[in-house]
Amino acid sequence: MPHPKKLPEFEVSITSSTRAVRDALKQVLIRLEPLVLDPEETSTVELILAEALNNIVEHAYPVADTSGPIYIRCDQKTDGLHFRIRDNGRAMPDGQVPVGRIQPCDLETSDLPEGGFGWFLIEDLAKDTRYSRNGQENQLDLRIAVAYGQTG
Amino acid sequence: MEILIKTEGDICIVTVQEARIDAAVALEFKEAVRQLTVDAPPDVVLDLTAVTFIDSSGLGAIVATMKHLAPDRRLILAGLTPPVDKVFRLTRMDSVFKMFMTLEDALSAELN
Repeated sequence: MPHPKKLPEFEVSITSSTRAVRDALKQVLIRLEPLVLDPEETSTVELILAEALNNIVEHAYPVADTSGPIYIRCDQKTDGLHFRIRDNGRAMPDGQVPVGRIQPCDLETSDLPEGGFGWFLIEDLAKDTRYSRNGQENQLDLRIAVAYGQTG
Repeated sequence: MEILIKTEGDICIVTVQEARIDAAVALEFKEAVRQLTVDAPPDVVLDLTAVTFIDSSGLGAIVATMKHLAPDRRLILAGLTPPVDKVFRLTRMDSVFKMFMTLEDALSAELN
């Protein structure tokens, strides 16, 4: 099985909005094309990043006129793709990633949850998720266990 | 948001002609389906064959749609592509919906 060369580290940046998130995802997937991920891996990467980015749009820059930059850096290492997502918006409440809990599904229709799935998906699909705040900047680090790079 | 609606007897087929039901269009999707199904019969089949991506916002909008249609009408899902099916499975929401691989399967099940 041929090993693709190590992908050089790259960064994509957008100005926060749900439409811009679509652009960011497109750009990241284009940059990952040399890795030849299979469709399942590609959809995993896209979903994790969509949830992380939409969370920033909704909570870090909550009001339309407080939009700001979002930076997505990707570094391929031997244990997968390491993403670092930074923004200059509001801090995460409690200074940490929310606990992503799956709601029980034996609920009445009228009680079914319509939200709260986002963090669950991130925690379920990504590894080593870590939030930190440095000055006025939020930083979310996570690792996606695909495209293991060569050693050396 | 491109959504088509067709009623055949007791079944209404709502065909989503967008590739993505995500945060950018979730609200629009909810409102469009709500308006289109105002006079819908008891069975509403949401045809997702063209949809290749949903995120948690899209999932939430589909759940909200089901809740809105209940209790007089039920929402059935058809044509889930692998990425869409994955989101329902991971969140266990596949246990909450009746789902069919194809629109044809949904229609033949419901018509019998």
